[in-house]
Amino acid sequence: MSNKYWQSFGELKGSEELAKKIENEFQEELPFEESNEKGWLDASAPRRDFLKYLGFSTAAAAIAAGCKTPVRKAVPFANKPADIVPGVSKYYATTYVQDGDILPILAKVRDGRPIKIEGNDECTYTGGKTSARAQASVLDLYDTNRLTHPKRKVGAKFEEVPTFEQLDKMIAAALTGATNPVLLTSTLTSPSTKEIIAKYPGLKHVQYDADSFSGMLMANEAAFGKRAIPSYNFANAKVIVSLGADFLGTWLNPVEFARQYVQRRKLDDKGSEMSRHLQFESFMSMTGANADERFTHRPSESGPVALALYAAIAGNAATHPLNDKVKAGIAKAATELNANKGAAVVVSGSNDVNVQAIVNAINSAIGAYGPVIDWSTTLNYRQGVDADISQLIADMNSGSVGALMVYGANPVYDYYDADKFKAAMAKVKVKISFNEYLDETTQECNYVIPSHHFLESWGDAEPKSGYISFIQPTIHPLFKTRAFQTSLLKWSGNNTDYETYFKNYWETKLGSRDGFETALQKGVLDSKIGSTPVPATPAKTDSLATTGAVTQTTTTQTRPGSTGGYNGGSVEAAAAGISGTRKGGKAELVLYQKVSIGTGKQGTNPWLQELPDPITKACWDNYVMMSMPMAKEIVGVDLIGGSERHINKYEYFPEKPVVTVTVAGKKTVELPVLIIPGMDPNTIAIAVGYGRTDKVGIAAGNVGANVYHLSSSNGSSRDYYSPDVTIASAGRKYRVAQSQVHSSYENRTEVVKETSLASFVKDRKQFKRFREELAADFAPKTGDFRKEATIYPDHSQPGLKWGMSIDMNSCTACGACVVACHAENNVPVVGKSEVARYHDMHWLRIDRYFVTNENNPDDVKAVVFQPMLCQHCDNAPCENVCPVAATNHNSEGINQMAYNRCIGTRYCANNCPYKVRRFNWADYTGADSFPNNRDQKLVGKLDPIIEQMNDDLTRMVLNPDVTVRSRGVMEKCSFCIQRLQEAKLDAKKANTTLADGKATTACMQACPTDAIVFGNVKDKDSRIVKTRAENDERLFYVIEQVHTLPNVNYLAKIRNTSEIIETEHHDEKKVEAKPAAAH
Amino acid sequence: MAGYEILSTFFRSTVSMIPEKSFAPKRLLLLTAFFVFSFINIDAQDGKALFIAKCASCHIMGGTSTGPDLQGVVERWGGDEVRVKQWILNYDKLVKSGDSKAAEVANSSPNVMQIFEGQLSPADLDALVKYINEWKPAVAATTTGPTQQDDSGRGGLIFGVISLIMAIIALILMQVNSNLKKLSDDAEGILRPDPVPFYKNKVYIALFSILLFIVGGYYTASALIDFGRQKDYQPEQPIYYSHKVHAGTNQISCLYCHGAAMESKHAAIPSVNVCMNCHKTITSYSETSPKIYKDDGTEVNGTREIEKLYSYAGFDPKNPLAWDPAKAKPIPWTKIHNLPDHVYFNHSQHIKAGNVQCQTCHGEITNMDEVYQFSELSMGWCVNCHRDTKVDFYKIDTSGRAKGNKFYSIYEKFHNDIKSGRMDSVTVKDIGGLECQKCHY
Repeated sequence: MSNKYWQSFGELKGSEELAKKIENEFQEELPFEESNEKGWLDASAPRRDFLKYLGFSTAAAAIAAGCKTPVRKAVPFANKPADIVPGVSKYYATTYVQDGDILPILAKVRDGRPIKIEGNDECTYTGGKTSARAQASVLDLYDTNRLTHPKRKVGAKFEEVPTFEQLDKMIAAALTGATNPVLLTSTLTSPSTKEIIAKYPGLKHVQYDADSFSGMLMANEAAFGKRAIPSYNFANAKVIVSLGADFLGTWLNPVEFARQYVQRRKLDDKGSEMSRHLQFESFMSMTGANADERFTHRPSESGPVALALYAAIAGNAATHPLNDKVKAGIAKAATELNANKGAAVVVSGSNDVNVQAIVNAINSAIGAYGPVIDWSTTLNYRQGVDADISQLIADMNSGSVGALMVYGANPVYDYYDADKFKAAMAKVKVKISFNEYLDETTQECNYVIPSHHFLESWGDAEPKSGYISFIQPTIHPLFKTRAFQTSLLKWSGNNTDYETYFKNYWETKLGSRDGFETALQKGVLDSKIGSTPVPATPAKTDSLATTGAVTQTTTTQTRPGSTGGYNGGSVEAAAAGISGTRKGGKAELVLYQKVSIGTGKQGTNPWLQELPDPITKACWDNYVMMSMPMAKEIVGVDLIGGSERHINKYEYFPEKPVVTVTVAGKKTVELPVLIIPGMDPNTIAIAVGYGRTDKVGIAAGNVGANVYHLSSSNGSSRDYYSPDVTIASAGRKYRVAQSQVHSSYENRTEVVKETSLASFVKDRKQFKRFREELAADFAPKTGDFRKEATIYPDHSQPGLKWGMSIDMNSCTACGACVVACHAENNVPVVGKSEVARYHDMHWLRIDRYFVTNENNPDDVKAVVFQPMLCQHCDNAPCENVCPVAATNHNSEGINQMAYNRCIGTRYCANNCPYKVRRFNWADYTGADSFPNNRDQKLVGKLDPIIEQMNDDLTRMVLNPDVTVRSRGVMEKCSFCIQRLQEAKLDAKKANTTLADGKATTACMQACPTDAIVFGNVKDKDSRIVKTRAENDERLFYVIEQVHTLPNVNYLAKIRNTSEIIETEHHDEKKVEAKPAAAH
Repeated sequence: MAGYEILSTFFRSTVSMIPEKSFAPKRLLLLTAFFVFSFINIDAQDGKALFIAKCASCHIMGGTSTGPDLQGVVERWGGDEVRVKQWILNYDKLVKSGDSKAAEVANSSPNVMQIFEGQLSPADLDALVKYINEWKPAVAATTTGPTQQDDSGRGGLIFGVISLIMAIIALILMQVNSNLKKLSDDAEGILRPDPVPFYKNKVYIALFSILLFIVGGYYTASALIDFGRQKDYQPEQPIYYSHKVHAGTNQISCLYCHGAAMESKHAAIPSVNVCMNCHKTITSYSETSPKIYKDDGTEVNGTREIEKLYSYAGFDPKNPLAWDPAKAKPIPWTKIHNLPDHVYFNHSQHIKAGNVQCQTCHGEITNMDEVYQFSELSMGWCVNCHRDTKVDFYKIDTSGRAKGNKFYSIYEKFHNDIKSGRMDSVTVKDIGGLECQKCHY
């Protein structure tokens, strides 16, 4: 029984509809008015009219073009700042801060405006890598929906306050007599800000996170005496067991974790060892998709699963009934964890303090503390404790809170009982919001003080204890905004602004102005010098921590303090707590975060909204992820036994069935269904972060539905699942824009290559053999296709030749590369309706393939992610079909695209076997974005978001080195040629050779796992040459048998399982005998 | 008039499409002989170059600028070169050491001099002082710029006129022939139908139409190609800024004002504070200097133009110490050289990496009062230059000394070809300078 690789259910079935789709890649005709049956003369635009228009427009164009040339001004500086040269980009070290998510970055500033985010190489734990959200954050700076001036509420409306002085006066008056002011923030890691808060008389600081880590914080407090999260080093773990933790996507700092994780996942020709990654989860998560083995269970079983694992390792805990597959998985996990003591780790995504207590006990038992989990450095990404916000609500209700200041937190949107919070808030007299947007909570406040975007701010962040990252402004504030710290300083009677305060703070800490400036220039400071002590355990004792007998503490002490001094006292209580867990109903719901949208704070960002989800490939919506059996039952879509027609109806039309999800009998939400293999059969999953108010912008407003209210509290912490939901078909359909279902490789195999580690070790030549066979068939003498088998002359590459290698073992599908490509290359946002028409413009996409047993598509063995971009073929099929030679090859191996030459025949895209060429169906970046032009009649209606992307403000994000394309032009990956040209020029100017690593593509720069390696393949010492040489056995070219001679190679995906997969001997004849469905 | 315009542009475009092999170097030679721009490699021993690079922004020889006249400066210091050199390196130190001459010079002007310590080697100083000592006022150079007449154009015109005359003669002869035939037919009594006059002859009409179509089409197409091109564009600027006075007469290096050309894609127009570096002290256009005339013959009052600068800068020459540069307003110059948005052009690529002289594209700027667009800035014009221009290819000569830009050391194939004699030099075209995505991306 062989494995089947498939992208869509239709492809799995080999359906006729798919064949038709393939035959006609561009389903629409070009937008010319169709002739009716009466013939051309009687068409609404007959020949004579046509000639009239032609004549008129030619004459008009000639007159318009010839008579007057616009006079353009060139206005220089009045006083040129010494370090700014027009046209030269500068990079400033700063920090991406979105609530608790923190990444040290460099902002590329061109002519005074930040246009691109790159990672800060000086940072030791991110290695200069970024996430999709950090990459996209530069667009937030130019968001037209940001608050532009301070406001106060008069009646039900907000009214502008002209100056901050006036506002300060009003607030000072309001605050006098307001007892017990409370500052509600999301996780705050800035040491200087914390000092300011501490100095504010009587101010109580409450931290609240939409994605709470309260359970973990409390469990750690009970076991280690510190309410903190230790740091993890997945690079030291040979076995990783994740109990629903999405640590590669959204858990704490996925950039750091993914970087550590892949260190043991890269497999060169000499290697035969990889780390093992087992995932126990309820739905198909991005991290689960990367796991070697997955086991699914109901979300309410996450406690019993942890307990069972603990029992299997420590052998003395009560267990609960679980299904056999999960039991087998737990046994396997326990064996492997036990066998790798000191090099294994268990992480859990649960917010239940009991579950986390058990996980701590497991980690202690397997010796994870020390080598893998390090208590000497703690992570500050999440600090909010659920009890605090409950207490705040109680305090507000009792009327003891005189003033509430809100920064970062948005409980009116993302609290599980938002109405309760809102009602409590109404009882507070003075409510002040510091925010960039008029978000849900801000709308409930009396005063709104717009805050800076982080690219306009001064500041600091301490994501890990002792690791400081500085924020410096890269642009003058665009609007009338003010740092929220300045407000706090002012109102507490300190008249210095935050900038001065911050500088003084660090100059004192670092001893000198020079020390501070050096640190600021570097952006990061790795030392304990600035560290704030981990907050000591508050006096308030937690009931969980005090009971229970000591069970066992087997810790391998490696570094003093790094193990944290585990005290397993709470395990039995925790186990007891789990036994009390409610039994699930018929169906259960789990809430998750998408890697693109997260908790929804950056939902206003069109780049992130248009980034397809790694698993569902859907964008611009949230939806119900449903298992195949449940879909059959509830919405009547049978993807296993159904007829082809039936499957196609679901698969090939954006209209998806809508269901009503009801939780606890009253909280309902209506969302479309996407059927995903590998889900727990009784669980549905819905992403949070959608359904924002339209006051924050059209990108987020009214997109999807808010599901935060479907979560609940278990008494001590918040549960992001519901054990009992009823799901019913709503009897209607809803369009969901998915991006992968339209491109097809016409049944050509060899697109993805994947196998198990055991099979690979057994037959290491299995991938190489295919290449050798091809060489033997076509180039028997030299083995070189270029020399023997083609009539085209070989391109001469006298100097450089660019090449790229993509390691599918390292790619986690985080999407950072896709957004980086968007930002670097001015790739337009097309909006949901265009994506639904398959008009998405991504130059780089991440294809997702499910690997399943041929007969059971629900049994997902693996998910393979393949970043797919222009392969820059040396024998490119697109080049020789272009009638105007708009696409051709250059002397550095790049398949070039001259936009001004392109006449839009789209022959190239039709002839591209990789489907990476993108056609501008509308003038997304120009006139078609205007409201009256958006109805494109023959193409379809365009979304209003396109207009926002073309606002003068938003356009400031455009890269001036890259042409903005217009309608009717084909475009595609250029290997970031502007970056390569710049690197070459820098080398020429410095009179040196081009050093390896100087020329990078945006995708490579962003990739947290170094999956993408790019460079000059003629440089024998370059990383690309080394990577190709060291991974010869995994190396393959996509559909190499069509002899396109790509300059992009892939490294096959290897799963670390012991399964032996029969290697199919690739036979060229067989491939040919199975001809493409079309042509 | 319009007809003339089209005709002249036609000839120009045909000329520029012809590789300018013999023409270009000659022109360059003329230009470089006329005025040396020495920003590419400042040789330590080249006093003049050093002077232009370091001193000329504030000092001129034979006149007072921001700084005092340097002619005979060593004599004024009593022939003490050592102290002059000390002054150049760090005047402040010399003043503080109690030197009375130094104090006197320092007090003579409100302007302060830059500190050059660490920027000039002893050899540089020697060369610089030598240059200053040996400087003599130049005999007014006779400007012999390149003639804009192009022989090939005139040849084409002559050829056209001759063709036209021949055609008319042929026509007359044909007419004569038919008349003679008629006469002879009449004489022989052969009755023939009356000959059709030539203007009614269908063959003639058809031939004429075809000719008209071809010629007319050619000129129409050529004219259309020129749409949007602005060769000779010379807009009026907010200030009558004469490049001839600054770069020509006063020999200020191009890069003093357009320094960004060395590092950026833009050459950049200088900001007001750069103008004011010199014009804080140069408050009027010297009476003795040659008068400036506009194209239409009206005289330009240089002093009034400087006053315009002051109004932008917010500077009062009567009260120079009260000037606040922060209050200056930028000058809205009119952009002359406009490239389409889909073209990427980088000045530093050409100036720094390519060692191209400014004048190659911008023409003889030193002779232009108001600047006009000298070159076509069309793709054909770019490409023609890329075809012929040699890159600074890396070579190791027979004595083992390396020459040229090290970047090109990786071009193995070319090195082998040069060694084997198959190639004598490497042009921009050879390294991919004609490829689409070298300029369009």
